[in-house]
Amino acid sequence: MTDVTSLSAVEAAERVRAGELAPVEVFAAYRDRAAADELNAFLWVADDAGDAADPATSPLGGVPIAAKDLFCTEGVPSQAGSRILEGYRPPYTATVVRRLAEAGAPLLGKTNQDEFAMGSSTENSGYGPTLNPWDRTRVPGGSSGGSAAAVAAGLAPWAIGSDTGGSIRQPAALCGIVGLKPTYGACSRYGMIAFASSLDQAGPLARDVRDAALLFAHMVGRDERDATSLEFPEPVRLPEAERLDGLRLGVPEELSSDEAGIEPGVREAVEASLGLAEELGATVQSIQLPHAPHALSAYYLIAPAEASSNLARYDGVRYGLRVDDYDTLLEMYERTRAAGFGPETKRRIMLGTYALSSGYYDAYYGRAQRVRTKISEDFRAAFEDVDFVVTPTAPTVAFPLGAKTDDPLAMYLSDYCTVPMPLAGIPAISIPNGLSEGLPVGLQLAGPAFSENRLLDAAYALEQAIGFDGSAVRA
Amino acid sequence: MSPAAALEPVIGLEIHVQLSTRTKMFCGCELSFGDPPNTHTCPVCLGLPGALPVANARAVRDALLIGLALGSDLAPRSIFHRKNYFYPDLPKGYQISQYDQPLCRGGHLGDVRIHRVHMEEDAAKLVHIGRSGRIHGSDASVVDFNRGGTPLVEVVSEPDLRAPAQAREWLELLAVTLRRLDVSDVRMEEGSLRCDANVSVRQAGSEELGVKTELKNMNSFRFIERGIEAEIERQSAILEAGGEVEQETLHFDPRTGELMPLRSKEEAHDYRYFPEPDLIPVDVTEEMIAAARSALPELPAARAERFQDELGLHPDTARVLAFRLELGDYFEAALDADGAEAQPLANWVVNELVGQLEDADPAESNVAPEALARLVAMVEGKEVTAGAAKQVLARLVAEGGDPAAIIEAEDLAAIGGDDGELAEIVARAIEADPDAADKVRGGNAKAIGALVGAVMRETKGRADGGEVTRLIREQLSL
Repeated sequence: MTDVTSLSAVEAAERVRAGELAPVEVFAAYRDRAAADELNAFLWVADDAGDAADPATSPLGGVPIAAKDLFCTEGVPSQAGSRILEGYRPPYTATVVRRLAEAGAPLLGKTNQDEFAMGSSTENSGYGPTLNPWDRTRVPGGSSGGSAAAVAAGLAPWAIGSDTGGSIRQPAALCGIVGLKPTYGACSRYGMIAFASSLDQAGPLARDVRDAALLFAHMVGRDERDATSLEFPEPVRLPEAERLDGLRLGVPEELSSDEAGIEPGVREAVEASLGLAEELGATVQSIQLPHAPHALSAYYLIAPAEASSNLARYDGVRYGLRVDDYDTLLEMYERTRAAGFGPETKRRIMLGTYALSSGYYDAYYGRAQRVRTKISEDFRAAFEDVDFVVTPTAPTVAFPLGAKTDDPLAMYLSDYCTVPMPLAGIPAISIPNGLSEGLPVGLQLAGPAFSENRLLDAAYALEQAIGFDGSAVRA
Repeated sequence: MSPAAALEPVIGLEIHVQLSTRTKMFCGCELSFGDPPNTHTCPVCLGLPGALPVANARAVRDALLIGLALGSDLAPRSIFHRKNYFYPDLPKGYQISQYDQPLCRGGHLGDVRIHRVHMEEDAAKLVHIGRSGRIHGSDASVVDFNRGGTPLVEVVSEPDLRAPAQAREWLELLAVTLRRLDVSDVRMEEGSLRCDANVSVRQAGSEELGVKTELKNMNSFRFIERGIEAEIERQSAILEAGGEVEQETLHFDPRTGELMPLRSKEEAHDYRYFPEPDLIPVDVTEEMIAAARSALPELPAARAERFQDELGLHPDTARVLAFRLELGDYFEAALDADGAEAQPLANWVVNELVGQLEDADPAESNVAPEALARLVAMVEGKEVTAGAAKQVLARLVAEGGDPAAIIEAEDLAAIGGDDGELAEIVARAIEADPDAADKVRGGNAKAIGALVGAVMRETKGRADGGEVTRLIREQLSL
């Protein structure tokens, strides 16, 4: 008999729905693997499938999901990777988690992440780093590193994460799986512990493109509890395309240059895949995104500014950590926050507070917003000429643990190619693009708002042509 | 500085109005007052991680109504901002408010210009446990989140007020206007209407504004007047002594009449306002404006003008009727019942009816508006004297009914007219008190009072005093 964990989630769900596989068997198989997690990918693992919809009749067939820690799950620890929320169990469940449960995907566990999604290596977690299943001396990327490692290692069939500047795509790339950052507003943010509200977006991390599409199909939709959410304009389809005939791919010079810090192995992998795309009928051309080199600077003003405000609620008054030794209200605030937040979170709170300060607002936050508008305009102009923009997902393969923890700027550069898309609110997908030095490389495709179906189609065709095999690390 | 007489106060008000919507500004929790603590809360108004605000459409409509009533410009698109500061009554660490793109700008109420009108959410309520009930010396402070997230509309006036009493009167006008709009309970003692005052003093005739102080949260109309008065005195004294007023926020203690500094400029918060990314802009459509406009009732100021101009009421009476909505409504109902002239009817409502009912709503009393109208008409037609009519009114207040029936049953109809009955009573009174009659004849006008009194006693107030005097003089050949 086949090990159920060798099946893709789509296959497993189909078999459950066909009555060929017992959903408890699927859950138990993954539960056992998740409970034996040696990567520190999980922060909490469920005992049972709870009361999700009837697997036999629901589209996701009882195939369980791993959810990034920052998704609120009723009665279940939801700590956003932070010590300041240690043991916090919310009284309600995030809309996307609820929707997936209603579609037949119970919660398998909560996965590790950089604290409040601030990081690119999961080393900023308050609960220790997650290890990359391809090489346990290396990072899985971040901030959704726990979700990416769990899926790559076969500890979970699929997972959800959040992407603010690359937090789904970059760990997906470094772990050799698929990660989709949807159009801003496609998935409800209600119940997703906020990092930067105007950028945060939930999305799937999956073993392959079809799995990602199936999961995504049940995450989308307008939620009256999230004023920024939108109805997805069409049903999300499972991709079937084998060819890319007539597809115009644009390679932005700014995200391929030396300034982007692209490693030779990563660059070669992208070039090889562009060659495959042409063989499948696509055309490839060079394009310009003139403001893309400023994206990282704008991002590191806007995201921390919003974060400085979003994280003000962790004050020790009502939930989470409160230190014991204080005499005044101010001391309670200061000591609680000093003890509960990690160094990167503190750094960004300070950055953001400064950027919003009276007298500096226009020079920093205001200017960053103008750059953001320019970046959106760049993409809009590019999509006049091409269907999708193609870049490496991350400039490098997975780097060793500790390699960048003392150099925040080097860490930030991991997101060089992934930050422009959330600033423009557009969708982007990362798919495995072969190996370099034995480690996975990611290929990123970005399209206009709500082009997910077409993106998934193109990603699927390329995935078949690339023929990446990640099964070795799932053994 | 020049002497005190040359100083002129400049006053502007900032008013927070709690809307009486069914639910809170950004969540579905119902509004409440006086319910057990923390029984009207949810993840949104508790500021739990991951919760998101959604703007209350009814609150937007109510704010638009206020803007329309104040003649403001309504922004086709306004946005919410976050006002960031730490305090335990602010669970998110920021208040969602409006900043440089408010819903309404400009306008006026009476002769005071409006600067802006914007929407925001109320903070929760801190309760200090301990003997004093105040933060200093309390054993502990706890938070009741029932109030947190209540929709607020902030109305900011231009500094057009020049005297404490004027400020109070204007605030009363605003309060009654809001009450007429039916958007708020407008109760200062319950905090549904809160007022801060910006006060400065300058040389009369100067165009420049002096350094202002902000007086916080004075919780009655009287305290607002007294607080501003005290602050003007304090600032004037400083200026007259050659000193400089310091920009600060003050708390008025009504028990001592003193002004205590809350925080000074050096401690001023940097609120780090930025656009609230969790909310979409408020787009005000023509349909929304039309809907609000059609819900706009006649406002008290316009009503007072109409009472004066169309009904010819005395300005004071018109104002009382227009500013006490229930009196104005009752007056108009009685006027519709026909029969009585406007001014006497208004006088009866404002003086006699209010005198007997005190603060009670006349619409809920036993006195039907038609009954009062008939009674006043009978007084005007001299069918009943004013004195007797007051007795009739007392009966109406006690048990309702028809005034004519009461007059008949109680034998209160006026005595006089042509049947000679009153003349006979007058003759008997003169006969009974020849001293008084002689004094009156001798030119002592005051002595007539004894005779009139006797007639009134005899008639139990059913005679008209003027008619009695006329008859006495006639019979004494004066």
